[in-house]
Amino acid sequence: MTELPKARVATASLAGCFGCHMAILDMDERLIDLMARVDVDRSPLTDIKRFTRRCDIGLIEGGCCNEENVHVLQDFRRNCDVLIAVGQCAIMGGLPAMRNAIMHSDDPLRECLDEAFLTGRYIRNTTHNAPNDPALPLLLDEVYPCSEVVEIDYNIPGCAPTGDVIYETLISLLAGKFRGFEREKIRFD
Amino acid sequence: MSGFSFTIDGVEITGAEGQTIMEAADAAGIYIPRLCDHEGLRHQGGCRVCTVKVGGRSVAACTQPAEPGLNVENETPHITKLRRDLVEMLFHEGNHLCPICEASGNCELQAMAYRLDMTDPTRFPYLEPSRAVDASHPDIALDTNRCISCGRCIRASQDVDGKGIFGYVGRGIHRQVAVNGENMAATDAEVTDFAMSAEVCPVGCIIRKREGFATPIGERDFDKGLIGHEIEGKKADD
Amino acid sequence: MQPPSEEDSAPPPPPIDGVVIQSICAAYDNDPHRMMDILIDTQAHFRWISPDAMHQIADLTGLSRIEVEGVASFYTFFSLTPNGRVTIRLCDDIVDRFAGMPEVAKAFEAELGIALGETGADGAFSLEYTPCIGLCDQAPAAMINDIVVTNLTPETAREIAARLKAGDTPEALVSDRFEALAPHARATRMVDNNIRHAGGVLLGPVPREAGLKAALDLRPSQIIDMVEASGVRGCGGAGFPSGRKWRFAAETEAERRVVICNADEGEPGTFKDRVLLTERPHLLIEGMTIAARAVGATEGIIYLRGEYAYLKPLVEEALAERRDAGLLGQAIMGAKGFDFDIRIQMGVGAYICGEEGALISSCEGLPGEPKTRPPFPVTRGYLGFPTVVNNVETLCHVARILDRGAKWFFDMGTDGSHGTKLFSVSGDCLNPGIYELPYGLSVHELLEMAGGEDAAAVLVGGPSGTMIARDQFDRRLTFDDLATGGAIVVFNGERNILEIVEYYMGFFVHESCGYCTPCRVGNVFLQKAIGKFRNGLANPEDIDYLRDLSATIIETSRCGLGMTSPNPILSTLDNFPLVYSAMVKPSKDRVRATFDIQSAIDGARKIAKRRSQIFDRDFTK
Repeated sequence: MTELPKARVATASLAGCFGCHMAILDMDERLIDLMARVDVDRSPLTDIKRFTRRCDIGLIEGGCCNEENVHVLQDFRRNCDVLIAVGQCAIMGGLPAMRNAIMHSDDPLRECLDEAFLTGRYIRNTTHNAPNDPALPLLLDEVYPCSEVVEIDYNIPGCAPTGDVIYETLISLLAGKFRGFEREKIRFD
Repeated sequence: MSGFSFTIDGVEITGAEGQTIMEAADAAGIYIPRLCDHEGLRHQGGCRVCTVKVGGRSVAACTQPAEPGLNVENETPHITKLRRDLVEMLFHEGNHLCPICEASGNCELQAMAYRLDMTDPTRFPYLEPSRAVDASHPDIALDTNRCISCGRCIRASQDVDGKGIFGYVGRGIHRQVAVNGENMAATDAEVTDFAMSAEVCPVGCIIRKREGFATPIGERDFDKGLIGHEIEGKKADD
Repeated sequence: MQPPSEEDSAPPPPPIDGVVIQSICAAYDNDPHRMMDILIDTQAHFRWISPDAMHQIADLTGLSRIEVEGVASFYTFFSLTPNGRVTIRLCDDIVDRFAGMPEVAKAFEAELGIALGETGADGAFSLEYTPCIGLCDQAPAAMINDIVVTNLTPETAREIAARLKAGDTPEALVSDRFEALAPHARATRMVDNNIRHAGGVLLGPVPREAGLKAALDLRPSQIIDMVEASGVRGCGGAGFPSGRKWRFAAETEAERRVVICNADEGEPGTFKDRVLLTERPHLLIEGMTIAARAVGATEGIIYLRGEYAYLKPLVEEALAERRDAGLLGQAIMGAKGFDFDIRIQMGVGAYICGEEGALISSCEGLPGEPKTRPPFPVTRGYLGFPTVVNNVETLCHVARILDRGAKWFFDMGTDGSHGTKLFSVSGDCLNPGIYELPYGLSVHELLEMAGGEDAAAVLVGGPSGTMIARDQFDRRLTFDDLATGGAIVVFNGERNILEIVEYYMGFFVHESCGYCTPCRVGNVFLQKAIGKFRNGLANPEDIDYLRDLSATIIETSRCGLGMTSPNPILSTLDNFPLVYSAMVKPSKDRVRATFDIQSAIDGARKIAKRRSQIFDRDFTK
C-alpha cells in the first residue's frame, strides 16, 4: 500500500457543548490509526489557536450565537478545503437555537438576556445586570446554523455523532470515497 | 371481491377492488413511506410523503385507489428526493430538537429522515414558530412545537375514541391542531384513549407523562431497524 | 393583527345572547351543513364570533366546539375578536398598491386614528387589508361593511372616514336614498362596469329565456350533446370541457344531483364575473337551470364570494323574479317534473374556495379545504351527491349556446378554444375594464385596445398564470398557448418585478388552506427566498433553489393552488432572468456574502452600548 501524504485537520467548537469533541475522542484506539493519517492543526485538542497553514478538513461543532463564532467560522472556511458541520448545533442551531423560537417580541435579545440574568424565576443575580464585560463577544440577534454563514460541504448529524460515524466519515473522505452515510447509522440524537 | 394485478417499481402485486395503492402495497410487503396515514384511521392525504407516480402523474398512495394494470413508481431517486423535501419542510416548519425530545428514536418524522437520507446541508429556512406547551392535564402533555399537523390524533379521537378531543383551527401556515376546550385539562381526554397512545402521535407532541425515558435511547423502535422494515419484513416471512 | 387590549375595549359589542343564537341556528334548522350561514349571521349580529357563541352553536348543531372553531378560524372575514361597527377592508392587491393604496391607507389610519389591523378603542371602526376584491379596474378600492368604494384617493379616503365618523352609514356614502334604490342601481352607483368591448355572446343583446325554452324542447342527453359539440370549456381557468363534466354527473346513479355556480372569482386581477353578475344575472340563472335540466339536478347553489356581498341583493332579486315567473321552483315553464331551485351561499374571504372541492366543502359548512380525488365531484360532490360546478361565465355561455346552437359558438375562436372570453384588463393601461373577444387574439392586440402599449410585463391568468415580457406579446390567448380565467394585469417598465412576485407569493401563503405540507410550508419558503432576492441577500445557487423547490411544490401538492402557486416565480425566472441574477451576492472564499453580520449584531451593540471588537473599525488605532 502506498503511503498517502498526511492530511491536515482543524476543529473548532462554536456555540456547542464540546460534546462533539468528546465524541471525537470516543474513537478510542482508532485515534491512533487516525493520527497516522492526519495532523491536527488549529483545534482545542492541540490548543493551537491559529491556523499554521491551510487545512484539508475543518470540523465545526456548534452554531453561531455570537460574533466570535462567526469570526472563527469564517476563518475556518477561508483556511479549509472541506468544511464539515459536526452535530445538530452546527447543522441546525441545536439547543442554543431554542432562543430563536421564544424571542418573538419587539426587543427579543433584551428579553432573552432579562430572562436569563434578571427576571427568570430561579435567578439570584445580586448585580442586577446582564454580563457586559468588554471581553465578551456581542451576541447575534439569533442563533444561526453554520450553513447560513459559510458554505458547508458535509453534515455529520447526531447529538453527538458517535465516534464510529465521525471516524468512518473522516476515513472515507480522506480516501475520496465518501458516498453518504449508512442509513442504519444516521442519528439526530 | 376479485383480485387484479399491478406493479410497484416493476414488482407485480395483487390488488383488490376498494383498496388504495398503499393498502395493496402493505399487503404485498412493499413499504411506501407515509406520515399522516396510519392503519385503522381514515386516510387524509395531507403530508404527501406517500407521493408516488402513476403514468407520470403524482398521486398520494394513501388515497389513490389501486387499479388493474397500474405501473406505480415508488422508491425512485426522484420520488425519494421529493419525499426528503417534504420531510425537511416538516422539520423546518416546527421546532424539532431531536437531542432533547423524548420521542427521539420512536419518532416517525425522524425515522423518515433517516430512511430518506436527510443529511445534506439544508437550503430551507427554519421558521422557528412560537408555539405553546400545554401541560395542564395530569397525565398528558402537549408540546405543539413538535406537531406536524398529520391529524392522526384528530381522527383517532373522533373515530376510535368517539370523543373529538382535537381539531384543526386556522388556515395555511397558521393551521394547527387544537383541543376542544380551554386546554387539555378542560377536555375529557384520558391517557388510556387510543388518541393518546404511543402509536398515534408520530412525533413527540402528545406526551404521556412519567414514561418518557422508560426505554433508553438506543433501544427504541427505530434503533431496531429503518421505518418500514416491519412491512418489508412481511415479504421475507411469506 | 393584534386583539384590542383590555383597557381600550370600550363599548363592548352586544353580549352573546343565547336566544339570538338559537333563532339564528333555527333559521337553518340547526343544520351543521349551514355553518357558514349560521356564523355569518352570528357575526352580523354580535360583530364577532366569541368562544361562547361557538359553544352554543356547537351544542345546537350537534358538533363539537373545536369543529365550529375550525370553520370560524378558517375564513378571513370571520373575526374571533370583536370588530368595529364598521369594518373597512382595503384591497392590498398589487394593482391597488401601484395605484396609490399605501397613501389611501395612511389617510384612513390618520383620519380614523387606528392602525391597519386594529379595531378602535371606541369600537367604531376596524381597519384591515384584504386581498383582491375584484375591482382592479377602479383601484384603489375598498369594502366598507357590505358596500364598496372605488377609485380612492387620500382626499376621498379622508372624506369617507370623516362622514363615517360623523355617523353616516356606509350605505349613505352610496346614496342618501340607498334603501329606495333598486339593487342594480345600487351596484352600478358603487361600481362601474367598465365594459370596453361587448362581444356577440354575453355582453351584446341577449334575448331572455331563449336558451331555456330551447332546452325544454330537448331531451337532457341532447342538451349535453349540444354543449359538448359547442366546444365550451370551463372559463374559471382550468378549462375542463363543460359537456363532459355534465355527462359524468348525469350518468351517475343518484337520488339527488346538484348544480353549483362558482361565483368565487378570487384570482387577483379577475373581475369579469362581477360584471356578469351585475348585468346578466338572469342569463346566469338560465344557464344553471339548463344545466339542472341536463343533469337532472333539483338543487342549485350560487357560491358568491364575500367580497361581492354588495351584489347579493341583485342576485336575490333575480332569483325571486324567476320564482314568481315560474322559471324556478316546481314544474319550471310548466314542464312536469322539472323542479329546480337555487340558494346563495356567501363566501367569507377564502381564495381557495374557488377550487371546486374546497367550494363544495364550504357549501357543506366546512373549512374550505379541497376534497380528496377521486371521487370527483361529478360522481360524489355536495353532501355526497353528483355535483356539477361551473363558472359564472361558462353557465352564461351555455344559455347562449342553447339559443344559438353549438355550431354558432364552435365557429368563434380557434381550434380547441371556442367562443368568446371575457378578459379583465387592469394595471398600467389607459382603458382598464372588460373586453369580450373571441379566443385567439394576441396579447399585443389586447394591449392595443386597452391602451397598454408601453407594458413591460403582462400577467396572463393572474398569479397562477404566466408573467410574460415584451418579446412574447405576440403569443395568443387560448387554452393551448396562454390560458387565462380572464385576468390580464399590465405592468409598465417602472414596476419592480420582484416586488410583484413577492406580493403574489405572500398572497398564496395567505390563501393556502394548509391541508398539505408542500403548499402550506413550501410557499412560505418561496416567499422568504424572494424576500432575500429583494434585499440583495440571495446566494447565486438560490436561483436553482427557487426552481427546485417550486418543482417539489408543484409535484406534490394536493390541489391546483399548490400546483400553480410557484408560477409567478417560474415564469419570471424564465422571462425576466436578469432581475434575479442582478440581485445575487456570490460568496467570497466560500464565506457567504449574504450573511449580514452588521445587522446581526446591531441589537447587541445597542444593549451592550459598545462596538464590536471584531467587526467594527477600531478608531483608537
